[in-house]
Amino acid sequence: MSETSIGPAAETSQGFLEELESVAIRFAGDSGDGIQSVGTQFTNTSAVLGNDISTFPDFPAEIRAPAGTLAGVSGFQVNISSSDIHTPGDAPQVLVAFNPAALKANLPDLEKGGTIIINRDEFTPGNLKKANYATNPIEDDSLARYRVLQVPLTTLNRHALAEMEGLGAKDKDRCRNFFALGLIFWMYDRSLDTTLQWIEDKFGKKPEVAKANTTSLKAGYFYGETTETFRTRYRVGKFDVPPGVYRKITGNEAAVLGWVTAAHKAEKTLFYGSYPITPASDILHELAALKNFDVRTFQAEDEIAAIGATIGAAFGGALALTGTSGPGICLKSEAMNLAIVLELPLVVADVQRGGPSTGLPTKTEQSDLLQVMFGRNGESPIVVIAPCSPADCFTMAIESMRLAVRAMTPVVYLSDGYLANSSEPWRIPDPDDIPAIEVEHRTDPEHFAPYLRDEVTLGRPWVVPGTPKMEHRIGGLEKQDGTGNVSYSAHDHDHMVKLRAEKVQRLQNTIPEQTVFGPEQGDLLVIGWGGTYGSLRSAVAAAQAKGHSVAHAHIRYLNPFPRNLGSLMSRYKQVLVAELNLGQLALLINGKFGMKVQQLNKVEGRPFKISEVLRKIEELV
Amino acid sequence: MSEQVIPVPALTRKDFVSDQEVRWCPGCGDYAILAQMQRIAPELGLPREKIVFISGIGCSSRFPYYMNTYGIHSIHGRAPTLATGLNIVDPELQIWVVTGDGDGLSIGGNHLVHCVRRNVNLNILLFNNRIYGLTKGQYSPTSLPGHRTKSSPMGSIEQSFNPISVALGAEGTFIARTVDVYAKHMGEILRQSAKHQGTSFVEIYQNCIIFNQHAWEHVTDAQVRDDNVLYLEHGKPMVFGKNRDKGIRLVGLTPEVVALGDGITEDDLLVHDAHAEDPTLAWMLSRMEPPHFPVPIGIFRSIQKPTYADMLLKQGEAARAKRGAGDLRKLFRDADTWEITELAEVGAAGSNGGGNGR
Repeated sequence: MSETSIGPAAETSQGFLEELESVAIRFAGDSGDGIQSVGTQFTNTSAVLGNDISTFPDFPAEIRAPAGTLAGVSGFQVNISSSDIHTPGDAPQVLVAFNPAALKANLPDLEKGGTIIINRDEFTPGNLKKANYATNPIEDDSLARYRVLQVPLTTLNRHALAEMEGLGAKDKDRCRNFFALGLIFWMYDRSLDTTLQWIEDKFGKKPEVAKANTTSLKAGYFYGETTETFRTRYRVGKFDVPPGVYRKITGNEAAVLGWVTAAHKAEKTLFYGSYPITPASDILHELAALKNFDVRTFQAEDEIAAIGATIGAAFGGALALTGTSGPGICLKSEAMNLAIVLELPLVVADVQRGGPSTGLPTKTEQSDLLQVMFGRNGESPIVVIAPCSPADCFTMAIESMRLAVRAMTPVVYLSDGYLANSSEPWRIPDPDDIPAIEVEHRTDPEHFAPYLRDEVTLGRPWVVPGTPKMEHRIGGLEKQDGTGNVSYSAHDHDHMVKLRAEKVQRLQNTIPEQTVFGPEQGDLLVIGWGGTYGSLRSAVAAAQAKGHSVAHAHIRYLNPFPRNLGSLMSRYKQVLVAELNLGQLALLINGKFGMKVQQLNKVEGRPFKISEVLRKIEELV
Repeated sequence: MSEQVIPVPALTRKDFVSDQEVRWCPGCGDYAILAQMQRIAPELGLPREKIVFISGIGCSSRFPYYMNTYGIHSIHGRAPTLATGLNIVDPELQIWVVTGDGDGLSIGGNHLVHCVRRNVNLNILLFNNRIYGLTKGQYSPTSLPGHRTKSSPMGSIEQSFNPISVALGAEGTFIARTVDVYAKHMGEILRQSAKHQGTSFVEIYQNCIIFNQHAWEHVTDAQVRDDNVLYLEHGKPMVFGKNRDKGIRLVGLTPEVVALGDGITEDDLLVHDAHAEDPTLAWMLSRMEPPHFPVPIGIFRSIQKPTYADMLLKQGEAARAKRGAGDLRKLFRDADTWEITELAEVGAAGSNGGGNGR
């Protein structure tokens, strides 16, 4: 969605006030400049004011690269809107650049004719050199196509804090980001209240810091109000949503809430075995802080120990989970296979990132689909599901546990770096409305055998150690069905391989049918999975608005597929599979359904732009 | 009406014998270990359903199939990881990890060391036969330098691990050694191991009759064993030998073997202290082996430290005391929230003193 003006600017005593449907703003600066903080505050305030929001933080991989360099640039993009938005915006309309490196790194993404707000004081020869600028861009005419607002941010901020004697220059400079934030709040007609409250809550114990931040914030706001530089202000109205209580949520936060909810409602211990890895580490941090729930986290010595402990925990009757990213899945593959033949319920969460190998730890991609489907020895069927938005991470986390327990088998939960870190509003559900997962532990020893089959699900009984008279052994060698005795016979192996495959397939009976957004049949079906939902939905909506016969199906159950997927696809003249890899879902669909789909592939470590998807759609219809 | 008390029959050895045919080679040392375990299991004071055996891969790791308890035959080297997860979820279970010199010190070395370091309350039995048996005769991390095997036809060029030293390096709180054919001794070590709260690490010299027949002859051959074995007993001076006429004495920091008599009495000898906080004595003992020293067997170290699960669960209790039991409603709202009650009224009307939202 671009910065669409809703009407002519109304003249007020303070200049012009223009209604916008939406605007995307990118804050960018040094990793040490508090960019994430500023971006988050702007987002929170906008959300509280009732805009629909969508955010995307862009972290550099290094913890703290040298100040002022291109490698150290950190960014945060937020899209605010009075209508339904699904992405942080293809291109920001406004770039707030705290230093030359931030300008250099982010200018290519800025919309033509967009607005740049820079800290003029940081455009020194030294900083320009660090950013590889031969000449000063604010003095030559390289920025002629943009509207540039030069603010002597450092100077103004220091003046504002002049009376705070205890603060040295460096400490004052640390509040610069709040000055900039205050200015942006004024420009976009936002109240300071939410941020003022946040400052008080966070820095309450350090009144000097709280005072400094508050002073800077207000100073920035008043600067906007009193100078003539900013004649036009903008207002983005409230987005019409169902009544309720809302909060902002990221994918990782939502997934954590989902798993905790699943375990709490089932009255089960939640066990989380993990080893820190970007971008999954926050799941470990958040779960480790929830010990007042029966959540037991285990930071293992490596990825293999993490899943090993998870398997042991599942054997012990807990709802068990391990989380990682692509490289960790590689390490876990042998143990995933063990879980498949032990037939124990557990969830393996993969927050995907750019690969292969160490790849791009802080960039998003969805290139682990084939790895989780096939990256193990033998015929090794595993359930795979993928949330499509930050809030959906909550729903699908609960679903991952439900499917694992039902089929007594591991479930892979495919998230990605984009979902993990971006945020959207979430209408907070009533926990009582969420159905509890049914968990049954057999205690009747009569005719018990460890690999007996449930007629419907083909799952085996989940008997917890400590249950009298049901002692049994399970293992990784092939076995006879029923007894579980080690067996290498031709018949037993054939039977077990096919049974394990059938067990996964039967979950089709319990997962929802695939739905589409748009016409039930037509010229083109756009298919996606995972974090591309927002871009694909927005592009298809735009194409529909232009009169094209196109629909969007976003698949959340990748193995097994929804039972109607084949017939659904056949109702469209063409199928386009858009994904952030070189065609992994496309390969699966082509193989399983005997098709040859169109493909839109991108492997740049960043999400699809709505415009590039729309362009592809228009090529095809 | 009085309650009818149904007497619970005491457990016997037979209760721990599974229905599986034991498939180790005739003469394998594992039979003796299995026999001892089945013999002492009824005396562990636990109902059978509370006992779990977890193994990795190797001849040692077939063990769980032959014990009529809960058990998992898992993957190579990873048994301590499954055992740790199980312990965290149910600390009341008595868990035995059965491993070997390959499974536990090669591929599984990392996990073994961390399990010991964490002091997870379980028992690790490492069957050391100084060879890879199941895969038919390659050398292992405890094979002696120069050992000729299928994968080291010109002799192994590697130093060998000393499992007791490794366990000490890993901060082990209970470390012991026994021998497969020392039935009574092993029974006692298994009992002590089970009693210990924390990781109990037991190295068992085990004879692989097919691929490394003579590895432990110096402690099993009746002709020589008495002069090659030092039985460690806490609080007692270190005496050994067929005629109990030899001892270990410390000269400065260096131990030496001395003959008793000629002015040297038991009072001059090193006294074993299994409960010393400092691991120096245990370390010194771990380095002793022929030809210069007897092999110490028994309990090298047994100290008390909090166990992993104890500390984890205590933190859970503290968290609940501080913040109350988990409440989903509170958890969901642990963020900036806003409420939508009616349709939009745009913006903040240009003031920064107005309320949030409408």
